[in-house]
Amino acid sequence: MLVDRVALVRMSPFSQKRSRPRRFSGVGLVKQALRHQEGWQRMWRSPKPADHYDIIVVGAGGHGLATAYYLASVHGAKRVAVLEKGWLGGGNTGRNTTIVRSNYLWDEAAQLYEHAMKLWEGLSQELNYNVMFSQRGVMNLGHTLQDMRDIQRRVNANRLNGIDGEVLNARQCKQIVPIMDTSGSTRYPVLGASWQPRAGVARHDAVAWGYARAADALGVDIIQQCEVMDILVEDGCAVGVETRQHGVIRADRIGCVAAGNSGVLADMAGLELPIESHPLQAFVSEPIKPILDTVVMSNAVHGYMSQSDKGDLVIGAGIDGYVGYGQRGSYPVIEHTMQAIIELFPCVSRVHMNRQWGGIVDTTPDACPIISKTPVENLFFNCGWGTGGFKATPGSGHVFADLLADGEANEIAAPFALDRFHSGALIDEHGAAGVAH
Amino acid sequence: MFLIHCPYCGEDREEEEFHAAGEAHIARPVDPDACSDEEWGNYLYFRRNPRGLHRELWNHTAGCGKYFNIARDTATYVIHGSYRLDETFDVPTESTATGERS
Repeated sequence: MLVDRVALVRMSPFSQKRSRPRRFSGVGLVKQALRHQEGWQRMWRSPKPADHYDIIVVGAGGHGLATAYYLASVHGAKRVAVLEKGWLGGGNTGRNTTIVRSNYLWDEAAQLYEHAMKLWEGLSQELNYNVMFSQRGVMNLGHTLQDMRDIQRRVNANRLNGIDGEVLNARQCKQIVPIMDTSGSTRYPVLGASWQPRAGVARHDAVAWGYARAADALGVDIIQQCEVMDILVEDGCAVGVETRQHGVIRADRIGCVAAGNSGVLADMAGLELPIESHPLQAFVSEPIKPILDTVVMSNAVHGYMSQSDKGDLVIGAGIDGYVGYGQRGSYPVIEHTMQAIIELFPCVSRVHMNRQWGGIVDTTPDACPIISKTPVENLFFNCGWGTGGFKATPGSGHVFADLLADGEANEIAAPFALDRFHSGALIDEHGAAGVAH
Repeated sequence: MFLIHCPYCGEDREEEEFHAAGEAHIARPVDPDACSDEEWGNYLYFRRNPRGLHRELWNHTAGCGKYFNIARDTATYVIHGSYRLDETFDVPTESTATGERS
């Protein structure tokens, strides 16, 4: 009886007592198994928010949590809060197709995404959390002569920037992905591909959870179910936020990392952004035996597919053309995507789809993100990642933490300032972005 | 799937016949050369992107090919109505609480 009670107290999910989180390890796994798995700790606290923070990050997706983690770990920031209107990792972080690559055309974008790629490569160790980063390669198919010319140009640009890349012909594509139809008898025959061997996939939820756990351990307050209703601006200077659940929380600096809802936050501060929010959908199939050990993407026929460790086929679609905040996609897009996937992989034509969902992506006119201060002092935005934000999660958080800590963008983030839409220094990455918009 | 009313064809047709062309009622500056970089950038790139009522331009690409406007809610996806470029359209007052530019 006594033993039971002790166990209950230890297990209590309501205990918010702060204790140093144990490191995950193989030995720890065995120990917990011998204790009937009763000794696991909560991964992060659910603290009551303070009245004032040095820095508030709005949005606890991967990018927001990474920002908070690097603020604490790299910059030693002590009083940081992440506010999340739903649950952490419940937006686009939990809705993407988990693809990670860095083969972007222009120097500015290549540096940003490669910065992220280098962080990905050590992320599980750094966070002491297995994000299941798997460098299984990503193939971007070309279906026309112009596609192939663009691919050659992009691969050459990548290699000049020190990013791995190869141009494959159709035969080489077939060697890597035997289930792909490269016969030439399809409506849009596969002529070749760009191939980045270091690219791959990571477990999207684990990225959010790993960053949340690591940030929490460094003292960051992650406050879920805390919706920002207004950004308080005094004399052109952001001084805090008003939340639905916890009233006013003041802060010296505020960083908004809210993906599709960035425009809604900007509006609270009286700003407009060069962003349109669109639904982007994805699907997973029932689990099947391993048939695909890499990632295949096609811009031209518009579908991309990989296979998860569970065996589900993870399939991504295009965006809906209209502005929308409903986290669901339209039917015509499902049909078009399935046509593309079945033409490329005829053997999956009878596989059932298990689930379909949508996320709201914040697209910019040049398919590049905005990592920037704003006309409102002490208010910063990290948004506009559009259809390809997941791959950048660690790099995005790393450079945005730099911006929030110093107030000035570092040399990787500087080209992505908001004022490029007035100066005209756009970074046109429509060709390298995975999803056309 | 939206059923969209084309004010030129006078018919409700499926979304696939149409192409969304972004925010409506954005007037091109009368004298572009006289614009500051800020004015020109705002015209080209900056959008309201509201969560709520949105007046937007659509093209009936697989039909008459003409452009027209739709007043639609981007959160509920309710279409309040379609109207020609030379018409105005008042959205029922109970649904204008959010989003409409004052």
